[in-house]
Amino acid sequence: MTDDPTDKSGRRDTGRKNAGKADAEGGAAPGKPAKADKTAKAAKAAKAGEADKPAKAETPAKAETPAKAETPSKTAKGDKTAKAGLTKGGDARGGPAEPAKGEDGGERSAPRAFLEVRDLHVHFPTQDGLVKSVDGLSFKLEKGKTLGIVGESGSGKSVTSLGIMGLHTVGQYGRQRPQLSGEIWLDGEELLGAPADKVRKLRGRTISMIFQDPLSALHPFFTVGHQIVEAYRVHHEVDKRTARKRAVELLDRVGIPEPAKRVDSFPHEFSGGMRQRAMIAMALVNNPELLIADEPTTALDVTVQAQILDLIRDLQKEFGSAVVIITHDLGVVAELSDDILVMYGGRCVEYGAADKVFYEPQHPYTWGLLGSMPRIDRDRTDRLVPVKGSPPSLINVPQGCAFNPRCPYADVPEGGITRTERPELREVEPGHFSACHMAQEDRERIWNDEIAPRL
Amino acid sequence: MLTYLIRRLLAVAVMLVVIVLAVFCIFFLIPKWTGTDPATMYVGKQADKEALEGVREKLQLDEPILLQLFEFFKGIFVGRDYVGGGTVTHCPAPCFGYSFRNEQAIWPVLTDRLPVTLYLALGAALLWLVIGLAVGVVSALKRGSIWDRLGMTGALAGVSLPVYFTGLILLTVFAYQLGLVSNSFTPFGENVGKWFSGMILPWISLAFLFGAMYARITRATMLEVMGEDYIRTARAKGLKEQTVIGKHAMRSTMTPILTLLGIDIGALMGGAILTETTFSIPGLGQAVLKAINERDLPLILGVTLITATAVVIANLIVDLLYGVIDPRVRLG
Repeated sequence: MTDDPTDKSGRRDTGRKNAGKADAEGGAAPGKPAKADKTAKAAKAAKAGEADKPAKAETPAKAETPAKAETPSKTAKGDKTAKAGLTKGGDARGGPAEPAKGEDGGERSAPRAFLEVRDLHVHFPTQDGLVKSVDGLSFKLEKGKTLGIVGESGSGKSVTSLGIMGLHTVGQYGRQRPQLSGEIWLDGEELLGAPADKVRKLRGRTISMIFQDPLSALHPFFTVGHQIVEAYRVHHEVDKRTARKRAVELLDRVGIPEPAKRVDSFPHEFSGGMRQRAMIAMALVNNPELLIADEPTTALDVTVQAQILDLIRDLQKEFGSAVVIITHDLGVVAELSDDILVMYGGRCVEYGAADKVFYEPQHPYTWGLLGSMPRIDRDRTDRLVPVKGSPPSLINVPQGCAFNPRCPYADVPEGGITRTERPELREVEPGHFSACHMAQEDRERIWNDEIAPRL
Repeated sequence: MLTYLIRRLLAVAVMLVVIVLAVFCIFFLIPKWTGTDPATMYVGKQADKEALEGVREKLQLDEPILLQLFEFFKGIFVGRDYVGGGTVTHCPAPCFGYSFRNEQAIWPVLTDRLPVTLYLALGAALLWLVIGLAVGVVSALKRGSIWDRLGMTGALAGVSLPVYFTGLILLTVFAYQLGLVSNSFTPFGENVGKWFSGMILPWISLAFLFGAMYARITRATMLEVMGEDYIRTARAKGLKEQTVIGKHAMRSTMTPILTLLGIDIGALMGGAILTETTFSIPGLGQAVLKAINERDLPLILGVTLITATAVVIANLIVDLLYGVIDPRVRLG
């Protein structure tokens, strides 16, 4: 896309208005039979959503569409229309900080998925310019399922998660206040336009988050128990003893030995793995329905990593929560995720079922990520293949495909289209989406002939 | 905790001995090296030779420095008799020296003056803490806003305006023109109401100066703390913003403030010379100013010791409070 900073909101608004329409179109796409179980769930979730938010775009036929096939195609369509808005929209600075508020309900269809993010934009005004950390991201997640968001540092992964938590705007005001737009639907409720206090009450209770680097994420001056008790008592009117019991119970559940004693320890008295367990206990104390794990294993050694991942998986099974796991570690994602969303430069470049993205990746950036992952079953004489170059500036995202300056295959599509036009997410096979200009045959040829043998 | 306390107290004792040693060397050893007779500092300039000899004898200035030091320490605990020139001067324990010029022991002067300075410092500290923290926190949370700018402009004024300027302005307006408060000092024991009325302006002047510094430091610290991950975690729990700030952020912000407070109050014990002079408050500051003007060596020595002791004790209290605020310190 051409990166004209003047018309961000114009593009976005158009995208949103068309979201409903695009949704309907996307819904017609045939889904994979294997994912039929999702349909049932989606229908169920939709019922809850429809009960209080009957929307125009909602049709019974749609409820039966596999949820999987829907989101990305909607993204694709939404973005296409958005692009039209780009050229037409001009300088329509329509207040991106007030998302979707004044629009009539008909254009905002209530979602069927438990969590649905539509065309999310998170922009940070800075002195150097507008940092577009997330620029049009959409995805869906059902309860009990896990979505892995991967990408290198600065691709917008954490910003997305904090956006869902509503943490970007807390305590921010005036010129520094980040601009968010799009829609975030959780269990039938839109969060971006919701009052701050309402979102606050959801935070920690319905949605909770495991942060990376638990040493800095836990307050050094309060005991672990105190911090867990605090998290519990914000949302439950119980006395301190009951809450403390709950804290001990949770610490026990996440595998901390002698929890009744350790509850009075301070974070610095814990080892790294224990701190992360305590962090997880804190995130789970209110039985959240959506758990966001932001690089939960980055600060940990490998053996502890495996334990933590097991723990998250077990807890997910036990509580049936939806989990978003954010990481740059493909191994972690492979371990846990049902779906994978690959982010680059604030946008989704590939999205699909985990095994598809792993074994038949359709985007050069994904190839690059896979190529730079160490593998035990590979000859050690072979060198890792890093993705050359460095992540793009989010103030001046490269024109055309954001990945083009680093892409070894940027010139495969003819006419230099990669440098002029932003590729949109296209469904390359059912339920698998990629934003790349290369033709399907080229991609498959390159993957099979050049990339796959080296991995 | 107890071992920590004992260790700290021992350290304080050692520190005090070192301070006395250093001060003593400066006052008695260095003059000797430079060829100045310390005895001349103990008597008036016009003193005759006899008086000079008498003082030299009394202070045992011809004896080895270690013996002098021993005598000085002994005086602190059991009192001391200065014998020489045919007279005996008694200085009861604790003897922190004797001003032969004014014919008075130093200790009563110190105990007389110290409470006045203490009240001045503590009252002002309370005021500047409240103002400084409030302005600092508001400025930090509303960074770039009109409140921030007003607060920081005020802080800049506070730092740059000397006490004798703000003090005189306050006196002129509130004491002389409006007659709202008393313009002179009344001892606490005499009339508490009048004492309070007389102390308000000194407190405000002093608090303006210090409060400005505290506001700036609070703002800087608060801004840093608000960017910490654990603040994000606190918000992610769904805590109300006032809890996040009042509990989680303030707790961390207090640490550097406390450090500063200990040092400042301790240092003020040496006398807020400008404030005391401006408002004619008979505290240590005035005493030391007079002593310096008159080159009254023993009194300067006494005040120096008091100040040093106050700083050390204030730091001890701060260190103990650290243990309360920051659990990580307790082990150390």
